[in-house]
Amino acid sequence: MTDIATYNFAYLDEQTKRMIRRAILKGIAIPGYQVPFASREMPMPYGWGTGGVQVTASIIGPDDVLKVIDQGADDTTNAVSIRAFFKKVANVAVTTDTGSATIIQTRHRIPEHPLTAGQVLVYQVPIPEPLRFLEPRETETRKMHALEEYGLMHVKLYEDIARHGRIATTYAYPVKVEGRYVMDPSPTPKFDNPKMHRSPALQLFGAGREKRIYAVPPFTSVVSLDFEDHPFEVQTFDQPCALCAAENVYLDEVILDDHGGHMFVCSDTDHCEKRREEGHRGHLASETHLAPGNMEPAQ
Amino acid sequence: MDAAVQSIEGGFADPVFNAQTVFRAVMDAMARPGSVQPLPAFARPPAPLSATAGAIALALCDNDTPLWLDPMLQTSAAIRSWLGFHSGAPLANTPADAHFAFVAMPAEMMALDGFSQGTQDYPDRSTTLILQVGDLVLGTPLLLEGPGIETSAKIAPARMPRHFVEQWKQNTKRFPRGVDIILATADGIACLPRTTRIKTMEA
Repeated sequence: MTDIATYNFAYLDEQTKRMIRRAILKGIAIPGYQVPFASREMPMPYGWGTGGVQVTASIIGPDDVLKVIDQGADDTTNAVSIRAFFKKVANVAVTTDTGSATIIQTRHRIPEHPLTAGQVLVYQVPIPEPLRFLEPRETETRKMHALEEYGLMHVKLYEDIARHGRIATTYAYPVKVEGRYVMDPSPTPKFDNPKMHRSPALQLFGAGREKRIYAVPPFTSVVSLDFEDHPFEVQTFDQPCALCAAENVYLDEVILDDHGGHMFVCSDTDHCEKRREEGHRGHLASETHLAPGNMEPAQ
Repeated sequence: MDAAVQSIEGGFADPVFNAQTVFRAVMDAMARPGSVQPLPAFARPPAPLSATAGAIALALCDNDTPLWLDPMLQTSAAIRSWLGFHSGAPLANTPADAHFAFVAMPAEMMALDGFSQGTQDYPDRSTTLILQVGDLVLGTPLLLEGPGIETSAKIAPARMPRHFVEQWKQNTKRFPRGVDIILATADGIACLPRTTRIKTMEA
């Protein structure tokens, strides 16, 4: 504990935590509504997950087990540095295992492993306002939320169809929470939208630069906006993961050489590693990769 | 014990971790309405403010959050100075100005719509009510539905406000405006966020 003596537990001062905690409680009570909060400067730049970090810092306790993912991966810069941050300032246990984490801070993915009751998923959100690119004025978007006036969003989706023949939005796909607020699920691929619907886990969203916190309680309806003749669909992949042969998971394209070689692998590294440990083999998985203890991540 | 000593003693022994534990209990209760979250007695406020309600005040209130106390709590100088000393929270002039309201006698409290309901633009600017109830099993059963509840949940808080079910229906209808309630017993809490619907009332 000596190495954290210079900071308060979990970095933030107690008054800041109280302010964020009050915002979280209001967010839970009004699912999908963006609660303004006095976002603080964090020891990392805006855009690196300062909102998510502030939410995590306000809820985390000494008994929590933290997992941090960045685009599904536990081993990318953002995930590694935030995990190291909380290890240092809160001295909490960290893990890459989705099942044993109590708090999962995520940048732009929801783990493939189903979440359970008691887990908290904390999203890092860059632009919390789903209507922002349609209406730049905060005064107007606030009024639109107040009046439940979401026609503009449907027009945007309709224009997608008029131009492309289908709804071309593939990430940050707008959802309606509990039949009331239209919410930005943060730039997760729309593949993950169905996982938000009636999830047993509590979902908290923190936008540091934009100073907003919002929440989706467990077992809350989260419906992706669509039209009767153009129903919401998730991405499909015509091949399984090249390393673990998983189907119906979200895949990343990885470039292998400068001759057009590429492969598709699970974006959720924890899920992929678990499957390979269980003996699943994709068509590009070599035996050397599979030896226990030599499980190099896909990227 | 004289009032000055009473107002200084009885705060959190370990402010950082006690506040975190209390908050997580409130957060879990708010996220899962009807579930009862156990809470050890971290605070020892002057009676009749209960240990649980006192702990919630210390965990969530500070100089940014005007408090409203019901007449029974309001009359106690020891409680006012205890809250002032430990939280720094000012007292609200009217219930509609309060961010948090502490109620020792829910059965005799004023109507829910007398508190701040927030605005349509800022529904978060509403009062959170902390009601001290005897227990959550011996009162009139309430069947709950809504976000945070898988199918349905049941609690039976004792000594609730008059015409509570009718008042709560009106509160739910005001969504997204409305008040949220934290029910505090001697050793646990349960929450009724404004989204929770009381389905039926069994006799």
